[in-house]
Amino acid sequence: MSPTGTAPVELDRPKSEEDHAADRPWLAIVWNDPINLMSYVTYVFQTVFGYTKSKAEKLMLDVHHKGRAVVASGTREEMERDVEILHSYGLWATVKRDD
Amino acid sequence: MSWIGRDEKGVALLLVRDDAELLRALVEQLLALLGDPPDPGDELAALGIATDARPPDDPVLARLLPDAYQGDDEAAGEFRRYTEAGLRDGKRAAAQTVLDTLRPGERVVLDEGESHAWLRALNDVRLALGTRLEITEERYEEEVDWEDPRYPLYAAYDRLTGIQDALVRALEAG
Repeated sequence: MSPTGTAPVELDRPKSEEDHAADRPWLAIVWNDPINLMSYVTYVFQTVFGYTKSKAEKLMLDVHHKGRAVVASGTREEMERDVEILHSYGLWATVKRDD
Repeated sequence: MSWIGRDEKGVALLLVRDDAELLRALVEQLLALLGDPPDPGDELAALGIATDARPPDDPVLARLLPDAYQGDDEAAGEFRRYTEAGLRDGKRAAAQTVLDTLRPGERVVLDEGESHAWLRALNDVRLALGTRLEITEERYEEEVDWEDPRYPLYAAYDRLTGIQDALVRALEAG
């Protein structure tokens, strides 16, 4: 989705017991930080996830006011990929299992 | 005066000499901080896999290359081992694109890939400067004393913020 930079290298990683047992989804979380611009964060959500401007803005405001927001959910691999892309845009993002 | 707008081919911009030189100096510092690409003779490194999975000690690098897991050092280390080299490569490539397309005082048209490289490199430079200056959300509520030795850095940070915001607006208008 990101138009520049090096292509991701897919790597086979050993799956842990936890991965096989998981039927709960994994989450990508973005944390508030004082440097990233609100307009920029909104634009990144639209670019990376293809969200509409209103959805991207709502998520950005959640991050801003609540300190963090879940921006995507899916398999662990998908969330790690999303977080890697968010890091390439300089957002402070983490992966977490849904609880 | 510097400006950023749209062109039928992409984002059109002109940075006056002062703005262009400020950006060049800070992007060069960013490249120095990110370090050299790994030795091509190192087979694991050539696959983008690192042997060292510890987060960087430098607070700026730690902000540019953050942990992907909180409270799980093992998962964070594993993720870092497989992704940090690629992340550094992408940041270096974006910074280099800015240096290659920067024309002080001249109108430049950036295609989509180039404008996103500018967006990411500008943001990395703001993250680096903002982390060094320990920017907080309350920062704008207090005046920075112009006799403060860090005043020029605050001014540079504000200038980059203006350029970044204008670039986002230009991209949104496309």
